Amino acid sequence: MTDLLSVRGLRVSYRTGRHTVPAVAGVDLTVRRGEVVAVVGESGSGKSTLAHAVIGLLPEHARTEAGTVLFAGTDLLTGTDRHLRAVRGRGIGFIPQDPVGSLNPVLPVGAQVAEVLHIHRRATSRRDALDQAVDLLDRAGLPDPRRCARQYPHQLSGGMCQRVLIAIALAGRPQLLIADEPTSALDVTVQRQILDHLEVLARDTGTAVLLITHDLAVAADRAQQIVVLSQGRVVERGPARALLAGPAHPYTRRLVADAPRLTDHRLESGAARPAAGTPLLSVRGLRKVYRGTPAVDGIDFDVARGETLALVGESGSGKSTTARLLVGLDPPTAGAVRFDGADVAALDRAGRRDLHRRIQIVEQNPYAAMDPRFTVRQVVEEPLRAFRTGDRVARQARVAELLDQVALAASVAARRPAELSGGQRQRVALARALALGPQLLICDEPVSALDVTVQAQILRLLARLQAELGLSMLFITHDLAVVRRIADRVAVMWAGRLVETGAADDVLTGPGHPYTRSLLAAVPGVDRAEEAPVPGADRAEEAPVPGVDRAEAVLNGGVSGVDGQAHHGRSDTRSR
Amino acid sequence: MTRYVAQRAVRALFVLWAAFTVSFAMLYLLPGDPVSVMLGGSAGTYTPAQIDDLRSQYGLDRSVPGQYVTQLWHALHGDFGTSIRTGAPVAPMLAQALPQTALLALTAFVLAVVGGLGIALAATSSRRPAVRQVLLSLPGIGTSVPTFWVGLLLVDFVSFRWRLLPALGNDGWQSLVLPAVTLALPCGSVLAQVFAKSLRDTLREPYLDTARAKGAGRARVHLRHAARNAALPAVTLSGIIVGNLLAGAVVVETVFSREGVGRITAEAVLGQDIPVVQGAVVLGAVGFVLVNLAVDAAYPVLDPRITTGRPVPRKEADPRWSI
Repeated sequence: MTDLLSVRGLRVSYRTGRHTVPAVAGVDLTVRRGEVVAVVGESGSGKSTLAHAVIGLLPEHARTEAGTVLFAGTDLLTGTDRHLRAVRGRGIGFIPQDPVGSLNPVLPVGAQVAEVLHIHRRATSRRDALDQAVDLLDRAGLPDPRRCARQYPHQLSGGMCQRVLIAIALAGRPQLLIADEPTSALDVTVQRQILDHLEVLARDTGTAVLLITHDLAVAADRAQQIVVLSQGRVVERGPARALLAGPAHPYTRRLVADAPRLTDHRLESGAARPAAGTPLLSVRGLRKVYRGTPAVDGIDFDVARGETLALVGESGSGKSTTARLLVGLDPPTAGAVRFDGADVAALDRAGRRDLHRRIQIVEQNPYAAMDPRFTVRQVVEEPLRAFRTGDRVARQARVAELLDQVALAASVAARRPAELSGGQRQRVALARALALGPQLLICDEPVSALDVTVQAQILRLLARLQAELGLSMLFITHDLAVVRRIADRVAVMWAGRLVETGAADDVLTGPGHPYTRSLLAAVPGVDRAEEAPVPGADRAEEAPVPGVDRAEAVLNGGVSGVDGQAHHGRSDTRSR
Repeated sequence: MTRYVAQRAVRALFVLWAAFTVSFAMLYLLPGDPVSVMLGGSAGTYTPAQIDDLRSQYGLDRSVPGQYVTQLWHALHGDFGTSIRTGAPVAPMLAQALPQTALLALTAFVLAVVGGLGIALAATSSRRPAVRQVLLSLPGIGTSVPTFWVGLLLVDFVSFRWRLLPALGNDGWQSLVLPAVTLALPCGSVLAQVFAKSLRDTLREPYLDTARAKGAGRARVHLRHAARNAALPAVTLSGIIVGNLLAGAVVVETVFSREGVGRITAEAVLGQDIPVVQGAVVLGAVGFVLVNLAVDAAYPVLDPRITTGRPVPRKEADPRWSI
């Protein structure tokens, strides 16, 4: 028996009100000892449900309807609670999605690692458990593990929290690790380090890994076998290299095509090239100090009319603070911001109010930036009401026009944010930002939380809107592959300063600063960047794809919101 | 930490001063004259000169600000004047009654906390939906029935029909049970509701999945991981509950004919015995403030993210990428 984990005919469904929505619809999956298997799919494909079903951690409203989950020869689904508890932690280690939310905020992290040893009686005493925990933290790559062990999760960065979770997962010396999107909440460079480290640890200990990810590039980099999941079914499986080189199923082809790559070209939108002359936005010596530490430390940049400038950096580099300063949500400590020739600081009340109309922001998490009790119509109409634009009828007409611009069906107007998919929400956020006809759109990580296919759709939409409306854009992101598709120029930010600025082509192909190089090197799938384009990738754009058809049907209001709710119930609680 | 406690201590002193000032203002605005109350219906038999003497004896002939300053000064020294009805000094009178009330309130508080938190934990950790439903509906009943009615029912059944416990008086623990249960019921019910809600929310947090994935059993998941995280709202609430206990003592001590601050307060209010009422209000405020100071001090112990009132530090970039 070489199969460590063998899932056969697994069916899991969620109950939402009167409906039962299948999430996993008959999946077979095998993980052999010491093997890395990646399950790839978009949100709602059932990949997370699959991972949770294996170790019996489904939410209350989920029901396992059929199938077997054989782990080392025993069925976990029919086994006793006692048996399942013995397997969890000792047989199967679990690395969850959201590193910060997955650690108990009121316990020191060392104690949380030591707990596994207590539960499975791997320690002789408290002292021994804590010593072992420190050792595990050290192996997980935490600097100064003895000090970290006494710290609480909120005192550690997201990457460090993820390392703690890896230490927890490995503490019971499991034969199988289930990693559920272990790095999607992290910056690319941290993601790369964590995955590298995980790979080494797994190889050294002979641990098999079931890697759940939405990122085909990550799967290709890390796994021997890839299983592609769509609508709760396996649509394609095979050795990683072969599968990526010749994807057979249209859904896989679509995934491959939509994954942003550094070798991509800028999305052609037919926009006029950025006009020369006075820039629309001009920032000089901008500085913001929070409690003695500078978050933004004297930066200069311009955004020309009709131009997209990408501001790139990791979390903590000061990108979002810069956005807040530009929109006027925070006052700068020093420096000058000129918008359309006028000094923003010198504006009177009316001028500042007018500035809010001309600069709009799109946030990373559209769901958190909308009143959940509002309908989409109210969300989009609110800026019009705030600026007393038009009468009731005119505003309704404008809302309809805006929804049409962002390619949402008119029927979406009556729904509430919770009933929409992530991509739809981001479209609503865009419609709201465009409501007052701004000149500058500040997009703070607008696609980071989205699946590749939706991400590609939103990027195309942004490029089209920019051309149609002559918008200027400040596009904030940590993802250089996305930059490639949307930006004219790039400004790389690190520790509050701009370390490199230049045309997108130049910066991405010939980075001057070591930090830019480390960012580029961390982009997953970069090893294959030089390879020939994937066959069939071009056709995928037009080919009818089952999964995508459905997604688009939902998008256009053809299918009731049930599909969206089914998986959002879970994914939303996690993202919080 | 020192600064955190100091800040809250200053706030507590302000609350005490405010309680004194507001009660002074309210009592001053009340219709009726303390001196005529003191003399009862026989005011007509005294000469105006005698009445003026009494006024000056209680300082009532001075200006209102003057009265306020004098009373505040005396109160700071623990002197709340003498009772208008009995002529006894207020402070010793309250001090004598305090242990009984404190014992009653403390017993009720312990019952409320143990019962309330216990029911909430039992309800959320129960595997059977039916048990859970029944347990979760109990607190709702507890909050919706009036205290005095529960008290009367308990006296009727437990004392008079079954003759298990004494109905009235202050002797021994037997006489403490019924009043304490009566007093604890509404407070414990509210605690149970809040804690159960908080527990249910906490149980959906991702870190509880992490705990389950370690192989932790139900008890460990609930007690070690969920309970402490869910406790904060309940702790905040228990500070407020103490205020309710003091108010509830007024009713309960009257229903059960117990000696105590609550009963003294009730009688003083009925008899417009202003110095006694004033003393009772300040005493209540002291109790409330002390408990809330303790609650404030408990927050950082329960949740390390709350320390000196500083916001949770911003996440910083992982410093280990190399240039």
